[in-house]
Amino acid sequence: MTLDRTTTVRPAVTTDPGPRPPSRRVSPGQWASQSLTMAWRSIVQIKHNPSELLDLSIQPIMFVLLFTFVFGGAIGGSTDAYLQFALGGLIAQNALFLTIYTATGLATDLQKGTFDRFRSLPIARSAPLSGRILGDVLRQLWSLVVLLAVGVLLGFRITTSPLAVVAAFGLLVAFTLAFSWTSVLLGVLARDPEKVQIYGFTVLFPLTFASNAFAPTQTMPGWLQAWVSINPVTRMADALRGLLVGGPVAANAVATLLWGVAFAAVFGPLAVWALRTRT
Amino acid sequence: MTLSDPSGTVESVPPAIEADGLVKRFGATTALAGASFSATEGTVLGVLGPNGAGKTTATRVLATLLAPDEGRGLVGGYDVVAEPHRVRTLIGLTGQYAGVDEALTGTENLVLIARLLGQGRAASRRRAAELLAQFGLTDAAGRAARTYSGGMRRRLDLAASLVGRPRILFLDEPTTGLDPASRNELWDMVRTLTDDGVTVLLTTQYLEEADQLADDIVVIDRGTVVATGTPRDLKARAGAAVLQMRPTQPEQLDAVRRVAAELAGTEPTVEQGTVAVPAVDDALMPAVVRRLDDVGVSLAELTLRRATLDEVFLALTGHRAVEDDQDTEILKETA
Ligand SMILES: Nc1ncnc2c1ncn2[C@@H]1O[C@H](COP(=O)(O)OP(=O)(O)OP(=O)(O)O)[C@@H](O)[C@H]1O
Ligand SMILES: [Mg+2]
Repeated sequence: MTLDRTTTVRPAVTTDPGPRPPSRRVSPGQWASQSLTMAWRSIVQIKHNPSELLDLSIQPIMFVLLFTFVFGGAIGGSTDAYLQFALGGLIAQNALFLTIYTATGLATDLQKGTFDRFRSLPIARSAPLSGRILGDVLRQLWSLVVLLAVGVLLGFRITTSPLAVVAAFGLLVAFTLAFSWTSVLLGVLARDPEKVQIYGFTVLFPLTFASNAFAPTQTMPGWLQAWVSINPVTRMADALRGLLVGGPVAANAVATLLWGVAFAAVFGPLAVWALRTRT
Repeated sequence: MTLSDPSGTVESVPPAIEADGLVKRFGATTALAGASFSATEGTVLGVLGPNGAGKTTATRVLATLLAPDEGRGLVGGYDVVAEPHRVRTLIGLTGQYAGVDEALTGTENLVLIARLLGQGRAASRRRAAELLAQFGLTDAAGRAARTYSGGMRRRLDLAASLVGRPRILFLDEPTTGLDPASRNELWDMVRTLTDDGVTVLLTTQYLEEADQLADDIVVIDRGTVVATGTPRDLKARAGAAVLQMRPTQPEQLDAVRRVAAELAGTEPTVEQGTVAVPAVDDALMPAVVRRLDDVGVSLAELTLRRATLDEVFLALTGHRAVEDDQDTEILKETA
């Protein structure tokens, strides 16, 4: 009978001070290690679901092949010339599409209760997020390598330096990290990976296509040109072109980064607010 | 709660879990309307209530997942709002919905938690293997959790909440979806933990579960505590025993009900041709028998038994804990 259980008697406080009180917060070192552990989880997830790597590869490869061979001749005069123009745009577009993974992963964790489990642990509040984003940077790297490799196979020539390629990746990561705040907000509000896909692509398709990623701005009607020329995807595509095949870089890179700052400034606080109040 | 020690002085031991006037609103819904309760160290506190009573909300507030609108929660002596990180170092949580990562294997799920808690690689693997063995999941250790059955997932979830050897454990409806064998295993698990001095807050809709496990029970309904006590206290409050009567002729059911209501002073429940009423004192049974004899009602069955918590719940809240099938009905006054 449960009623008869004796109460545990604690030793008097004076004779045994007991363990030291637990610390109030985590140290930066602990935060880093927890984020790495969370990133490890992302990689293990991919390991168990190799089809995700195919997803990460097939879609960009398909886009490169389709755009180069279907539209390339019409838009760029020749498939070769078009590829030199379009690969920067394809990389920019693909990078934005990848940010959806941040939202679907977060929505899954929220829906399944995994996020609650993490929040009940004595770890940094931001570790689940920073770990996930670290994993997403690896996805970006993988996709970039795949796109460049396919591009080179089809005749794309990197005419700059390896350092410029590294800079291109740096710019890509810097912008997508900032842009990911929109994805975090979406993930928290939608709380459902399928809805995330629908909402996400509804925004990302027009955003990435209404840019000069695939066709030069001058070929578009005036009202569209006004938007296309300031669209962050356009500015990033141009910066990537500059870094990979030569051309103006500085102004476009700065514009891309400013866009990043703007996205982070608006959606960062909103996402943090959503995480605080909606979880 | 105070305990006397051998030297004769009285030392006051703070409760391991203390909720003090917790209020939590979600828009127009008031999930918690000033709930207060506490759990003594090393005991099981059963939080009992029907769907929507506020059990999960209370658990989430005390496990630092949700800030209360009003009131205070203390866990291990720390305020859940002011010092959430310290609270988190003491607690383990098994939420109502399994929090395991379905893409990861059983081992990886537990290693993930251990690594997050700062344990080394080898120590994490050891702890994972130990817990998987304890929960009978060794054979499934290398399989993705998405291939687990509901019960296996629940057990993995419980194992995950124990990785850090918490002193205080929150279990939100831990046996929902478990088969009777797994449920009994989990009950044994909880008993082992409390024997080691762990404090457990366990929410449940099953009166039997609270009766089996809890040292103290808090009955909550619509966000407020409607009763507190040991299982025995609560049974005593609704009448230590229940007098159950079945008339030989079913059409006399209503006559039996009226007599029982009048003599016991409370409204009896009528279920499947049987009238049940709390037996507040020993004189009730002979009085009922005499009166029924006078009005010419003969009984096919007359029993005096201990009250179930279901009846206690009904007596305390005016409605049943779990809505039963249709043939169960509480007769309203007809006269
Ligand atoms: N995030 C939320 N947003 C809006 N309403 C909520 C939220 N969480 C809980 N509620 C409401 O608060 C009330 C109490 O919910 P709670 O989940 O705490 O009940 P419960 O006792 O755990 O129920 P159950 O037995 O069904 O799990 C319910 O009316 C519920 O609809
Ligand atoms: Mg609940």
